[in-house]
Amino acid sequence: MNPLVTILVAFRAVLRNKLRSFLTTLGIIIGVAAVIAMMAIGAGAKAQVEAAFTAMGTNLLIVMPGTTKAGGSFGGFGSMPTLTWEDLDAIRREAPSVKLVAPQLRSNQPIVGEELNWTTSVTGTTPDYFDIRSWPVATGTMFTQQDVDSGAKVVVLGKTVVEHLFGANADPVGQTIRLGKSPCVIVGVLSTKGQSAMGQDYDDAAFIPYTTFEQRIQGGLSKYVQGSFYVQATASDTTQKALTEVTAILRDRHHLPVSADDDFSIRNLAEIAGAQAQGTETMTTLLASVAAVSLLVGGIGIMNIMLVSVTERTREIGLRMAIGAKPRSILLQFLVEALVLSLAGGMLGVSIGVGTATWLAGKFNWPMQIQIDVIGISVVFSALVGIVFGLYPARKASQLDPIDALRYE
Amino acid sequence: MSTAQQSGPLIHVDDVHKVYKSGDVEVHALRGVSVDVYPGEFVAIMGSSGSGKSTLMNLLGCLDRPTKGSYVLAGREVAKMDKNELAEVRNEVLGFVFQSFNLLARTSALENVELPLVYRGTKGSLRHAKAKLALERVGLGARLDHTPAQLSGGQQQRVAIARALVGDPKVILADEPTGNLDSQTSEDVMALFQALGKVGITIVLVTHEPDIAEFASRVIVVKDGLILSDERQQPKRAGSSIEPSPVVTEASA
Repeated sequence: MNPLVTILVAFRAVLRNKLRSFLTTLGIIIGVAAVIAMMAIGAGAKAQVEAAFTAMGTNLLIVMPGTTKAGGSFGGFGSMPTLTWEDLDAIRREAPSVKLVAPQLRSNQPIVGEELNWTTSVTGTTPDYFDIRSWPVATGTMFTQQDVDSGAKVVVLGKTVVEHLFGANADPVGQTIRLGKSPCVIVGVLSTKGQSAMGQDYDDAAFIPYTTFEQRIQGGLSKYVQGSFYVQATASDTTQKALTEVTAILRDRHHLPVSADDDFSIRNLAEIAGAQAQGTETMTTLLASVAAVSLLVGGIGIMNIMLVSVTERTREIGLRMAIGAKPRSILLQFLVEALVLSLAGGMLGVSIGVGTATWLAGKFNWPMQIQIDVIGISVVFSALVGIVFGLYPARKASQLDPIDALRYE
Repeated sequence: MSTAQQSGPLIHVDDVHKVYKSGDVEVHALRGVSVDVYPGEFVAIMGSSGSGKSTLMNLLGCLDRPTKGSYVLAGREVAKMDKNELAEVRNEVLGFVFQSFNLLARTSALENVELPLVYRGTKGSLRHAKAKLALERVGLGARLDHTPAQLSGGQQQRVAIARALVGDPKVILADEPTGNLDSQTSEDVMALFQALGKVGITIVLVTHEPDIAEFASRVIVVKDGLILSDERQQPKRAGSSIEPSPVVTEASA
């Protein structure tokens, strides 16, 4: 019996009981749809978390100074400056796994333009800072190392600040604004960075050389850094190594005995990002396994209805055998029928899954990513379910005795 | 008949036994049956229920294998064949007609008739042509697209006969083919069988109705697993009421 005819006969048998076939495949449909929707939304959430951390900077460690402790009351991070500018140089020089280091001094300051003013977060740093955060300028230029060395009164503004001071589409490069008491020339405007995972607007910020920050805002040069270090490791798998190196260098420079705690703290953002992403992934996997169980239940449903079908069509099987169908032909016929059922369910499930994911993403403004490989695996898996659960009924049909089958009432 | 006998028997059954085991009890359905059937013969097998006639029919139809003995069908020993070989023999040498027609429901007459050729692997266009011809031979050329539900009992049985004919079989085995039909329709079916016999197709028919057996050229009576009598007779001519009358000719294809 040629394959095309076998498939045609199977299709006809499935379509003969449309409602029954639909109900039978419902398990597969729901299973596949759930897997696809879960994975799409899970992948979207994971991508969003990853994007949020990438926005902060890739392979990033943040080194923060220690805390003060006065009468049992802790001052919080940065309350006691322990990091020095020499520490920064030492990390740059001595840690092989560190690619870039930049200071971050931060203070909220009013910025006054020609007509308007706006208070924003002003950061004092070096040009490396923008490389660490992969944050290029949109117009104008970055301030330079010379600007840092000379304490030049230049500023690079974020998009939001520009909007509030000059209007949405203005190009303020070359104009002068007042930062605190000092006039600063705008040398560049940064490209849009967007929001942090917590909803904080990255673009609501201004950046000046750290020397300028110390002189104009902090009120004088200091041995200690009144802020933190942004450290970028050479690669994602060297962040842990970079952390160890930086810790060793700082402990050594601060002359800490082995028994003493660190007088600084280091946050590994890559690790936090990884943990977050893994959390999302675990959740997705859990939900997907529940959906996979539904696929299994769907398979049992198919087996059940195929057994019913074999019983119902016992006489037909007997007749087919009498006129020359070999056991193999009968086996194939019922197997293909189970396959058609499960594959149809799988494909219907894919479209419902994609539809559900799209609808949910639209309704709740969730990110989602339709994954082609998940769709492929779901379809193959449902086909497999059809074959596995169809095999027993098909075997049963093929092993019927034609005489008994013909006489079956 | 003398010419037919010269070419040797089509069916050669020699001392065939069939024993069924039901629990610890052995049931001897056939206790040594020997019979030869020659090409073109129209044989009626008669007997009461439990006589072994159904068992004999199943063996002749290659649906079952004898416990002991030899069965040569069209020159091939089938007693020792496996399931697949038996399926091939059924497909190529035999045609079946059943009491309850056994047509596929909600399937057109044409497709029902095509079925044996599907299992033979015949290509689509040739299959259609042969099935159409077979339906024309039984006088149903105008009802190719009718499903069994749209046909009368007699017409359904003629579709079944067309299905048995379509593969150009040497033998048609009919198991109580008139059991579900009224007497006039039964006579129509018998007329069709007689016409098929005239073009050289051998017919073996199982019946328990003596007036059906009258249309056969030879009557074999089975009792208690043995052949009680085997007599050739002058068959009664069956009058056909089928309109248009079937055009039973030798299949050209």
